[in-house]
Amino acid sequence: MSGATPLGYLSSAGSRAATIVPLTWYVLIVSILVCVIIGALVWIGVRRSHSSGGAAETSAAAVARNGNGIRWIWIGVVLTAIPLAIALVWTVGALASVAGSPRRPDLLLDVTAHQWWWEVKYHGDTPSDTFATANEIHIPVGRKVLVRLHGGDVIHSFWVPKLTGKTDAIPGQENATWLEAAGPGIYRGQCTEYCGLEHAKMGFEVIAQPAAAFERWRTAQLQTAPPPATPAQARGLALVQFRCGMCHAVRGTTAASHYGPDLTHLMSRRKIAAATLPNNPGALSGWIQNPQATKPGALMPDQHLSGQQLADLRAYLETLK
Amino acid sequence: MRQAVFRRPEIGDDNEMLRARLHAIWETAPGLKGWLGTVDHKEIGIRYIITAFVLLALGGIEALVIRLQLAGPDLHLLTPEQYNEFFSTHGMTMIFLYASPILSGFSNYLWPLLLGSRDMAFPRMNAFSYWVFLGSAIFLYSGFLVGAGPNDGWFNYVPFAEKDYNPGFNQDFYSLGMIFLGISTTVGAANFIVTAFKTRAPGMSINRIPIMIWGTLTASAANLVVVPAVSLAFFLLWMDRQFGTDFFQPAGGGQPLLWQHLFWIFGHPWVYAIVLPAMGMVSDGLPVFCRRPLVGHSLVALATVSVMILGFGVWVHHMFATGLPGLSLSFFSGASIIITFPSAVTVFAWIATIWLGRPVITTAFLYFASMILLFVIGGVSGFMTASVPVDWQLTDTYFVVAHIHYVLIGINVFPVVGATYFWFPKMTGKLMDERLGRWGFWTMFAGFNIGFLPMHLTGLLGMPRRIWTYPAGMGWSTLNLVTTLGSFLFAVGILIFFFNVIKSLRSGAPAGANPWGGSSLEWSVSSPPPPYNFAVIPTVASRHPLWEEALDESVARTSLTRGMTLDQGKEALHTSPMDAEPERIVATPEDNVAPFLLTVAMMVLFYGMLLKLWIVIGLGGLGCFAALLMWLWPRRNLLERAPPDRKEPVHG
Repeated sequence: MSGATPLGYLSSAGSRAATIVPLTWYVLIVSILVCVIIGALVWIGVRRSHSSGGAAETSAAAVARNGNGIRWIWIGVVLTAIPLAIALVWTVGALASVAGSPRRPDLLLDVTAHQWWWEVKYHGDTPSDTFATANEIHIPVGRKVLVRLHGGDVIHSFWVPKLTGKTDAIPGQENATWLEAAGPGIYRGQCTEYCGLEHAKMGFEVIAQPAAAFERWRTAQLQTAPPPATPAQARGLALVQFRCGMCHAVRGTTAASHYGPDLTHLMSRRKIAAATLPNNPGALSGWIQNPQATKPGALMPDQHLSGQQLADLRAYLETLK
Repeated sequence: MRQAVFRRPEIGDDNEMLRARLHAIWETAPGLKGWLGTVDHKEIGIRYIITAFVLLALGGIEALVIRLQLAGPDLHLLTPEQYNEFFSTHGMTMIFLYASPILSGFSNYLWPLLLGSRDMAFPRMNAFSYWVFLGSAIFLYSGFLVGAGPNDGWFNYVPFAEKDYNPGFNQDFYSLGMIFLGISTTVGAANFIVTAFKTRAPGMSINRIPIMIWGTLTASAANLVVVPAVSLAFFLLWMDRQFGTDFFQPAGGGQPLLWQHLFWIFGHPWVYAIVLPAMGMVSDGLPVFCRRPLVGHSLVALATVSVMILGFGVWVHHMFATGLPGLSLSFFSGASIIITFPSAVTVFAWIATIWLGRPVITTAFLYFASMILLFVIGGVSGFMTASVPVDWQLTDTYFVVAHIHYVLIGINVFPVVGATYFWFPKMTGKLMDERLGRWGFWTMFAGFNIGFLPMHLTGLLGMPRRIWTYPAGMGWSTLNLVTTLGSFLFAVGILIFFFNVIKSLRSGAPAGANPWGGSSLEWSVSSPPPPYNFAVIPTVASRHPLWEEALDESVARTSLTRGMTLDQGKEALHTSPMDAEPERIVATPEDNVAPFLLTVAMMVLFYGMLLKLWIVIGLGGLGCFAALLMWLWPRRNLLERAPPDRKEPVHG
């Protein structure tokens, strides 16, 4: 994990965010200096004259008029102009270097933001090389990854502070952003456009891997789900097809709805429920039985499975590596 | 069209007989009819101020509930529904129902006194704008009280605000309430603009008007241009929701971004509309305590106007992450950075005034002086977000929450509280308690900064805004706890202020006409001012009528005791827009309950629209028609007066 503040953006881990960090520090330091200087000017100005009192004293004091003071304004404005001009030029320069999308990206992703999860589509050279995952984006280290953003329902915003600034995912229009991780790591992302009840719990993770590891992962993701090996798994598969298949897809089975996340490789993910819960058997059971406890308002309904059904379901789901 | 003065105004001296006569003409009738029908700008101004302060308290309570929920990670004090409704209602209340109306209140009260006139240009419209403000506040809060307050933020982005995603009444209350409130703002703005250009005392040429007038005038001009945009947006949204139109729905060919353009082309200038008048209060109040005129008066006036003009060109900086083309981002980024210059002019003018004056430290002065620092903190964080790439990180995090609170509390609440200490003696005839004032100030100042300064850091550590809870381990927990504690301390400071107001109202020391030795016209009349404001219309000869002796810079002297008496009825003087040369005498309206009745009928209409009950809509419409008929029924007292027949006795 990248440090104690997973969403802090004063440090970066990728080229796009890295371009912005020095500019951020520059405007931050200029701003702090300005506050300190103005604060000092006000403080000293006030302390210079010690008459402290109420109405009587105010009206008794003479109306003085020494110096016209206009040069304060001119000096102030000129001094303000210098850091502002630098900021303006720097901004335009930085914008030019990070705004445009890479012309020939090494990897192209289509990310669709839904209430409240992320659908990630990987494009291969052929349709059979194309697959979808949810809430976890794997990218190869040091490669430029173009992300096309789509709004699935309402407006969301895609943000991985250590790698890239925000870009909105707006229904009816396609926005683009790009990522390039400088080193391997797990970088937290978060929706930052208010999108309803569970806006707070609409996270995801970007996992940057060396190219070879990424290719292995990709190959694994292309596999369809294995057939059930035990009677319990078979009963579990039946449940998945009958119940979960209303919303979810498991490639290689008849569960093929794309209303919710693709579950084909569910167990390969680090987290579930849009990066809200760790992916372990306990959390998974809890989530299936009562999603509303973790994410009130989530579109996944409570399942009310019997103990036996839950055990069967888990037996099957755990094969989805 | 220039018209000659129909009759030569009588010139007279201020004397007891004249005052008694004017009193009889201008006094509001006692009883319910007078209470509902008054058109006195002072009465209306005070109502505005009290109503806005009540709403400030409500919005503050909502804020404290929000802060409790965020005090630590994974808290479950509120459900997400409740949290979302609380933060949306908090934003709506503070921005629309407190920040703007409180300034309208002060301006309403002070303008005719500052300008040397007897009332606003359109007194009944003035009453109407207050009643509509009150009506729309009740309308909006009635939604909140039945659990259908706005729940998609004060900015309510589509498509989330559409019926598909937000099926309840919440958004309908908000849309209709905002259209309703927009009527109040528009009417008020038109009134301010005409008042500023037509009702100034003779001799108060445009370069002699106080900065506060400039602030409210430019804000009003902006409102007149942008409020229709947002009213239209809310109307289109209501149509989308009720009649299935597709203005904002992508499925039917609509554009979600259209909403954002319509909203922010209003929303950004609005930010200036709720700070420029408050900056004007500081520009006029601070010099009084510094015992010298404001440095660079004309430059500050110019800066006020330029901020507003530039303010129209920066709305896109709320939309940097929406995928607009790079060239347009650069343009709006540049415009947002350039807006710093006029702001810098104003800041350095204030500082020079302090340095070149001899400040007397009163509570009001403390609020005004501390506002300079808070203004700068709020300003520089605005400058940071003006840089597009930086904004891609900062936007929608708590950094922006810190920014907006430094702007709105620092540049609106602090000046307003300072202004209350400053003008309370004028409004009530009593001084506020200075000792309690110090306590209140330091509690507020400390609480505010303890609460909101760390929020910048919370934002830099990546905490997104509008999240109802957050996990531990993100680095935000301690900072949020500090913010919560600070906000409660800040609330204590506000309570001390409210307590001081009530205590001073009961037992404050008598103020006298000019307790601070102020320089502008309002301090030349008694405290509180008589219903007619000025016994004789002053003739103004300089920027600081009451400091002419001390400054001794002009040959001419302002005349406060001899001038036009205008005592043939409820009369006002209209002057020319630039030089304030007398043009004509007009009659101003008597008290009238039509504005109140019209507002009630409009409320019926809006509730009918909310519930889609055509019969109620019809009744409301008929009521509006009847009230308008009553309002517009030709009456002699509204016509320009013919030359008086001297033989006819004048009825008081």
